[in-house]
Amino acid sequence: MSAFAGSEANETFVLNLGPQHPATHGVLRVKLTMDGEYIVEAEPVLGYIHRMHEKMGENRTWAQFLPNTGRMDYLHALAYNHGYVSVVERAAGIAVPERAEYLRVITAELNRVSSHLLWFGAFILDLGGFSPLLYAFDDREHILDLLESVTGSRLTYCYFRFGGVYNDIDDNFVAGTQAFIKRLRGRMPMYHNLVTKNIILMTRLKEIGPISAEMCRKYGATGPVCRGSGINFDVRKHEPYSIYPEFDFDVPVYEQGDSMARYMVRMDEIEQSLRIIEQALDKLPEGPVMADKVPKILKPAKGDYYHAVETARGSFGVRVVSDGSNTPYRLKLRSPTFSNLSLFGEACRGMLLPDALALMGSLDLVIPEIDR
Amino acid sequence: MNRAAIKQKLAAIPAEAVIETDYDRKGFTLDVQVAPAQLVAAVSVLDAAGFFIEAVTGVDWLGEQAALRKEAQAKIAAEAKARAEAAAAAGEEPPPAAPPAEQGELPEDALEAVYDFNHYEELCRVTVRTRVPRSKPEVPSISEIYPGANWHERETHDFFGIIFAGHPYLVPLLLPEDADYHPLLKDFRP
Repeated sequence: MSAFAGSEANETFVLNLGPQHPATHGVLRVKLTMDGEYIVEAEPVLGYIHRMHEKMGENRTWAQFLPNTGRMDYLHALAYNHGYVSVVERAAGIAVPERAEYLRVITAELNRVSSHLLWFGAFILDLGGFSPLLYAFDDREHILDLLESVTGSRLTYCYFRFGGVYNDIDDNFVAGTQAFIKRLRGRMPMYHNLVTKNIILMTRLKEIGPISAEMCRKYGATGPVCRGSGINFDVRKHEPYSIYPEFDFDVPVYEQGDSMARYMVRMDEIEQSLRIIEQALDKLPEGPVMADKVPKILKPAKGDYYHAVETARGSFGVRVVSDGSNTPYRLKLRSPTFSNLSLFGEACRGMLLPDALALMGSLDLVIPEIDR
Repeated sequence: MNRAAIKQKLAAIPAEAVIETDYDRKGFTLDVQVAPAQLVAAVSVLDAAGFFIEAVTGVDWLGEQAALRKEAQAKIAAEAKARAEAAAAAGEEPPPAAPPAEQGELPEDALEAVYDFNHYEELCRVTVRTRVPRSKPEVPSISEIYPGANWHERETHDFFGIIFAGHPYLVPLLLPEDADYHPLLKDFRP
């Protein structure tokens, strides 16, 4: 201790990270108490783009809330569509035609791949490598084009409806998706050679930012964060919804709990999503894409209902409380990154600042989903 | 830990009600209602059984008591009407009018805190609910047991004004730091 430092508090200083900082991917602020280069205390400050989606839900009809779901997690909007339409279908007892379920899975998995690709590019960018982002965006562009052709939008999709989907796919979409799967399978070895096997990346990620399985449980972490800590938990397998049980796919789980494990989980998930899409396209049944006789004005029975789906970042759950009227009485949105980020303060204690940024990147934050 | 064992342990707390719900219809397995004083005990049981915390939230039941009374009055009126009709059909004297339904002051409406738990290995979603009066919404904090509840409770305090007693840092999380309003209350006017 230096002669001037009267107390421990004088040994530390406060460093403000964000809200405008490239590593925080949006508007997240972290108040860091630093001891030199080491973090003593980290306090994420949220709410910069809080829009109160839950109150909006109470002020509009069940169907009018649909576009909001695409604006929380803008990188995996279709999963949010899926969670919301599923819970309303559960509440109102609407059956969905099989073809519509297939289309939901195909588009949601394509969206998951695009989300992982963007994360991959942005994460390497956080670590100081610029060019992988360009490769990842090149591939992601193909997905955006495919999804644009069927959903009509490129980012904030609102494609699912109560009882089905808005639009049927055509042969161009099927051919384009098959071509894309082939293309991405050809590119994955390149990604691994260019990035995964890179010694600099390995040094930056291996044994950095360990998160234990117990910490995941105490903070409610889901998705790649808990699967990187050896917990085999994927809502698609654990609590099967839609037609996921029809498909043969694996849940990548890594035991190490470090940033590298979370990186590997997401890279492996890209391949698993491609497998699901491939099987779904092979088995795609004919038929309608919308249920008949879905009432124009929905009035689900009184009570509360829950439905969870697996997004690219973890388990997204919607709890609705219906009072039997045409608007939700209460709409709770449980977003995965909110819980995943809440463990950041504990996980990064005692870490070097650049390592903490690697850890933050490996959590795959999407701020509008945290702030809602 | 299987479902029946958890149900038994929760019922022993004593919880006010432990209801096994229809999962396919509702999306969760157990619906547990406890008094605020028993909340920590219930959550400790779930913690010991290896559950993880999904979310904490609230529901404002403003107007529920008035609606319940209206329903009860409508029921009494309907019964009286049915009796009168039955008497008229049998050609008897109409029975004396039913005593007027209970008036008096309404019991206070409640704020409900809702805790969602889930298990990594087994499909078992447990919803724990506790009700507190709207004028004194105080619930014990569970952030000692689940540090992840810290943020969820702060968010619920933002939105509903529920005070989590024993919370280490109950300041606004998503709302501005000087926010003194609770937007998800049904009587909130911006």
